[in-house]
Amino acid sequence: MSLTNDQLQTVAHLARIAVEPEWTEALRSDINGILDQARRLDDPRLNDLEPMAHPLDQVQRLRPDSVTETDQRETLMDGAPAHEQGLFLVPKVIE
Amino acid sequence: MSQFAIPSGWEVVIGLEIHAQLATRSKIFSGASTAFGAEPNAQACAVDLGLPGVLPVLNEGAVRMASLFGLAIDAEISRVSSFDRKNYFYPDLPKGYQTTQLARPIVVGGSVTVTTGEGKKAGEHTIRVTRAHLEEDAGKSLHEDFHGMTGIDLNRAGTPLIEIVSEPDMRNPEQAVAYARKVHAIVQYLGICDGNMQEGSFRVDANVSVRPEGDEKLGTRTEVKNVNSFRFLQRAIEFEIERQIDLLETGGEVVQATRLYDPDRDETRLMRTKEEADDYRYFPCPDLLPVVVDDETIESWRAELPELPDAKAERYQSEYGLSAYDAGVLTSSRATAEYFEAVVAREGADAKLAANWVMGEVAALLNRLECEIGACPVPADKLADLLERIADGTLSNKLGREVFEALAEQGGSVDEIIEARGLKQISDTGAIEAMVDEVIAANPGQVEAYRGGKDKLFGFFVGQVMKAAKGKANPQAVNDVLKRRLAGD
Repeated sequence: MSLTNDQLQTVAHLARIAVEPEWTEALRSDINGILDQARRLDDPRLNDLEPMAHPLDQVQRLRPDSVTETDQRETLMDGAPAHEQGLFLVPKVIE
Repeated sequence: MSQFAIPSGWEVVIGLEIHAQLATRSKIFSGASTAFGAEPNAQACAVDLGLPGVLPVLNEGAVRMASLFGLAIDAEISRVSSFDRKNYFYPDLPKGYQTTQLARPIVVGGSVTVTTGEGKKAGEHTIRVTRAHLEEDAGKSLHEDFHGMTGIDLNRAGTPLIEIVSEPDMRNPEQAVAYARKVHAIVQYLGICDGNMQEGSFRVDANVSVRPEGDEKLGTRTEVKNVNSFRFLQRAIEFEIERQIDLLETGGEVVQATRLYDPDRDETRLMRTKEEADDYRYFPCPDLLPVVVDDETIESWRAELPELPDAKAERYQSEYGLSAYDAGVLTSSRATAEYFEAVVAREGADAKLAANWVMGEVAALLNRLECEIGACPVPADKLADLLERIADGTLSNKLGREVFEALAEQGGSVDEIIEARGLKQISDTGAIEAMVDEVIAANPGQVEAYRGGKDKLFGFFVGQVMKAAKGKANPQAVNDVLKRRLAGD
């Protein structure tokens, strides 16, 4: 399978990336190259293997359930383009 | 009671997705507090904001609570589970993805048994649970006017949730509501969720489809969101069933979509169709390692399980001789069961009497005040005092209700109210005999008719004596004395 132009546009939209028409061919060729690599996973010899959730052979460390973070609102808001009444302000979103 | 009925010839298929906020102190991946009602963004740390360079560390409490739920419904607890990223763009999800469990959830399988209907119409149904997985909640968007912008509060971002997914095993709205109520009761019994639907701690989405009776193939389903009470859940499902059947009967078709329930207009509205919304591009979260739980830990959690609603209801039947229906009502929430148990804990308490009062007077009072049993103005120990006075004959049931109302309105002690209002029941045989004699003397005609075989007049005499006693005579004593006197003793 190779990626069509329509599929490329769909993926770009899902990732909220604007793809200029003149990039389309180059991108398609790059992505198809990546897909070819991934296609090696279709090798039937891999069928019996359990999918790996993580490349490291370690398990998740758990944290005790206690509150360790204090209110850092002022500091964290400093980096925001806009804020008011303790809220981050973003361009209006309507669902 | 609603007038809804599924039109004949149609079968309804319902599955529920329930999000329950876990009652941990801190968030699922950060040490920020989860307490409700703080100043906006005062409980959102760098991890919750998704700032670059931060790493999530999983909360042991969230894993434990999710597992407790699994153990309570006889599910499999995954020895190894893992986290995935569900990608979508929305400003209250600052990372651009929700960390959740798609491929290997912590809880797999299990089931919940529900009873619908009453008496002869009662039926039991087992609803299978597909899975319950851990995930993080999003923040909140406030769409009031901030100069044409949207305000974002990330206090809720990163609050641990379990999403409990059922199989499409429910066939009518009653079963769906009964299942949701049962899950609600279980999480509260376990103490893993406060169950507050208004504040969004317990959220129910319903997948609804219809098909002609006898069809094997499932119809196209819609998902109804924004249901914040059990009553609205019932109404939303009913509306959706009617809407879909209307569409299909008039030659239309159901479009797979997410719909929002609007309680003010009692209808569902299209929120989004499924065209692109479903492409979440899940992949394993590289920031989190597989979560491993060993048998020993699971057994230690199992030992923590409290008595759950079904076991409690069975015990109420065997220990207190209550009916299955009464036992079901009293165990339907942990708070109700605790209240009832506090009342019957009183030495010599009559459990059946206590059950009737909790389901009758107490329920009616709470309904009238629109309050929860935990905030009942007549606490359990006061009701126990009151029932003691009914059991020892000081109060009739009727006078008991008067004392109950007084307790609800002004508080105070049961004995003080009885004293202050002169409500003490007259059980003194001499006093009752005197009243009976007066009534008999004043109604010679009726006495003759009664003695001549008009048994029904007995009630008339009881009424007359009670009137004379201003309702305070012990009814049993009145009956006894009247019977004797009328027989000519």
